[in-house]
Amino acid sequence: MSTTEHATDDVTARRGKAPAGEKIADWADGRLGIYGLAKANMRKIFPDHWSFMLGEICLYSFVIIILTGVYLTLFFHPSMQEVTYSGPYVPLQGIRMSEAFNSTMNISFEVRGGLLIRQIHHWAALVFLAGMFVHMMRVFFTGAFRKPREVNWLFGFLLFVLGMFTGFTGYSLPDDLLSGTGVRFMEGAILSVPIVGTYLSFFLFGGQFPGNDFVSRFYSIHILLLPGIMAGLLVAHLILVFYHKHTQFAGPGKNEKNVVGMPLLPVYMAKAGGFFFLVFGVIAIIAAIASINPIWEFGPYRPDQVSTGAQPDWYMGFSEGLIRAMPGWEINFWGHTLQLGVFIPLGLLFPAVLTVIAIWPFLESWVSGDKREHHILDRPRNAPVRTGFGVGWITWYMVCLIGGGNDILATHFHLSINDVTWFVRIAFFVAPVLAFIVTKRVCLGLQRRDRDKVLHGRETGVIKRLPHGEFIEIHEPLDQGKVFTLTAHEQPAPAEIGPEVDENGVERKVDPLTKLRAKLAEGMYGEGSHIPKPTPEEHAEITSGHGHH
Amino acid sequence: MSSEPGSHEDMSEDNLPSERAHDAHHGAVAVAGDAFADPGLPAHLPRRQDLDEQAAKHSERVVAGLFVLSMLATIGFIASYVTLKPGKIVYIFPVGHVSALNFALGLTLGLALFCIGAGAVHWARTLMSDVETPAERHPIEASPEVRAQVIADFKQGAAESQFGRRKLIRNTMFGAMAMVPLSGLVLLRDLGPLPGKSLRTTAWRKGMTLINPNTNLPLRPEDITTGSLTFAQPPGLSEDDDDFQDVIAKAALMIVRIEPDEIKDKRELDWGHQGIVAFSKICTHVGCPISLYEQQTHHVLCPCHQSTFDLADGGRVIFGPAGHALPQLRISVNGSGYLEALGDFAEPVGPSFWERG
Repeated sequence: MSTTEHATDDVTARRGKAPAGEKIADWADGRLGIYGLAKANMRKIFPDHWSFMLGEICLYSFVIIILTGVYLTLFFHPSMQEVTYSGPYVPLQGIRMSEAFNSTMNISFEVRGGLLIRQIHHWAALVFLAGMFVHMMRVFFTGAFRKPREVNWLFGFLLFVLGMFTGFTGYSLPDDLLSGTGVRFMEGAILSVPIVGTYLSFFLFGGQFPGNDFVSRFYSIHILLLPGIMAGLLVAHLILVFYHKHTQFAGPGKNEKNVVGMPLLPVYMAKAGGFFFLVFGVIAIIAAIASINPIWEFGPYRPDQVSTGAQPDWYMGFSEGLIRAMPGWEINFWGHTLQLGVFIPLGLLFPAVLTVIAIWPFLESWVSGDKREHHILDRPRNAPVRTGFGVGWITWYMVCLIGGGNDILATHFHLSINDVTWFVRIAFFVAPVLAFIVTKRVCLGLQRRDRDKVLHGRETGVIKRLPHGEFIEIHEPLDQGKVFTLTAHEQPAPAEIGPEVDENGVERKVDPLTKLRAKLAEGMYGEGSHIPKPTPEEHAEITSGHGHH
Repeated sequence: MSSEPGSHEDMSEDNLPSERAHDAHHGAVAVAGDAFADPGLPAHLPRRQDLDEQAAKHSERVVAGLFVLSMLATIGFIASYVTLKPGKIVYIFPVGHVSALNFALGLTLGLALFCIGAGAVHWARTLMSDVETPAERHPIEASPEVRAQVIADFKQGAAESQFGRRKLIRNTMFGAMAMVPLSGLVLLRDLGPLPGKSLRTTAWRKGMTLINPNTNLPLRPEDITTGSLTFAQPPGLSEDDDDFQDVIAKAALMIVRIEPDEIKDKRELDWGHQGIVAFSKICTHVGCPISLYEQQTHHVLCPCHQSTFDLADGGRVIFGPAGHALPQLRISVNGSGYLEALGDFAEPVGPSFWERG
């Protein structure tokens, strides 16, 4: 007993001399165990590359959205109670509108800084979704989704999808003519769901469209349900980033067993912390000079009115394209109607376009049979099939986006809207395939260039005339680091099934799935999918033989 | 690593770029096994600020200057908030006419935030150590011993619970857990009424006059001119009504006058009055109000998804994603010379739904 007391005294005495900051830390450590956490993380090493900050943009715009969103809830009234406008904006005075629209007008014209916060909120949402899209593509093209990061890829993907719906429910809240048109579109889409569509629509809208309920329902979905789920996913996403440690590009001194970079404290504390302010600052300046969603120009929603050139926010544009390009198929049978013209694009293609990219990591690991961890990133050119697939997918997405803006394209470029729509219908099938083929060729070309650089050196641009009159360009050999970097990638052989008939002539049963896998593996890792990287023997042969050109 | 932003004397000459050992003579590369060898982390290249205290001092002043600018911007923000009126519009080149308050607040806030960020990043890039160091990585997977221990612990815990042995408990528990969410599902029932037949009918009834929504007066045949698109709504409908939006969402009507011999569909001609025909304004695709009319061809175009309907041919779809023709309202002229409906639409208006048939 006395020894314990003595020991405690001892600790207190030792810690008693510490400066105030340390005392507070000691207090917290005794209750929260912060020193254990700090030991692992305070000087945690992060690698440096510009593309690693794309995810940060998403994180910071999410924080900005939460901050500005909380402010907006202080003034916004999520009610569809009809009122007559009597605010300072003259063109709408005396017009009937919902309380939601009225309070948004109040935020925009009477609350000082309200318009700014509204515009920051909306701009940050666009940046958030765009950031997630680009960040996801960075992860995809560098193969950062490979083991052990597949789960984090899915978390990120879910954040992207939830972000889309959070955005949609958000811009529908002011109950203006433009967003109301989008809500009507959504109602039509829900109605097209076979068997239960009509019921789903009545339950969502509290009866017939538009009813008096959807604003308050969208409000709780927009400010509580979806952001709550997203906040959880985001924290999990970040914990996994810390836990896995960041990926890095190949380079001298870098390998699968280490991570090379600078410590969190102080470098990334300053850089990443500073970057939050940079993102916030830039979005605030955009919100100062660029108007977004000027609802006073649209007016309140009425189901019998519409403006031309109605467009959703950009991230919903691809679904808009799907529905605009779809032919109007409709089947009537036994007293029922199946509106395929709406259900196929929104009920099937919309999730399909997104799912295709989400499942790639699992498809790739199944085909490659690779069970190892990967922390060194691929250069996109060194995975030509994956890169081709990714570019094909982006092309697919962009074709849909073009389809979503077919009216804008037609009016701005004086094209026939029917031609634009037909272009989208054909390109939907053809363009991704072409993009895949072209991208794969480009990747192989770049691999050849890397191979030449390793074997023959860098082109210096210096032309030398030889005594007999021949002109040659002087090539300068790469240093060891460059050579190592350019040859650090793996070129795995495709998994093979082995002979289908054994040496005794007995046929071996190979199930079709295994056969399919072998075919895919051949396509992904076989001869046509890469340029063999240079070996030291080849290098020795070329450099020792007859000098180098 | 010395954290002092070193003076000249502190710096080792070895670190200077000119002193770095060049890769030996041309073409010689180190090899490790069957691959090119990893030369290891390159030597750290010092920045100007590492070598020259003057440059470091300059960076310090830049960072501090940015932070001071941020403070000034915040003062500017508060000053703008207090002095500028919300309604004031100013012309700013090249942005155009903007709200002075929004512009001033956004710019000062943006500047205040941006300067903090720029200062921090500049500080990190020029003054904080930029030496890259490696840290070890460890496999995410647990070691086989840990794995075996966890599996054994789990098995023991499961055995102690007798979960596998007492099947009655297990099965009833699954049953209870599977049923309890049903309560939550049932609670959702009152989110809305059942559809019933409500999507099949609109406000139109036999004998109702066609009301001009702008003047609130009934329309006469002579009000409908060739080449224009006229809108109409049922009588007695007021914007103040609680269900105005729900009613107009189905009852909105558009009327055109077409030369009777240009109408290709016989039923359409019969359902109109001397070439005046009334169609639902709500697109059969997803319900946008149709509003673009092409006089020469009698085509109407939905501005949302470009479904195009031929009003001279029974409202048939001629392009775009709509699945069926626009419903037509049977109209005639009543004793007082006003256009009137001869009943409700013969089929549901608006987007298709499962029970539409």
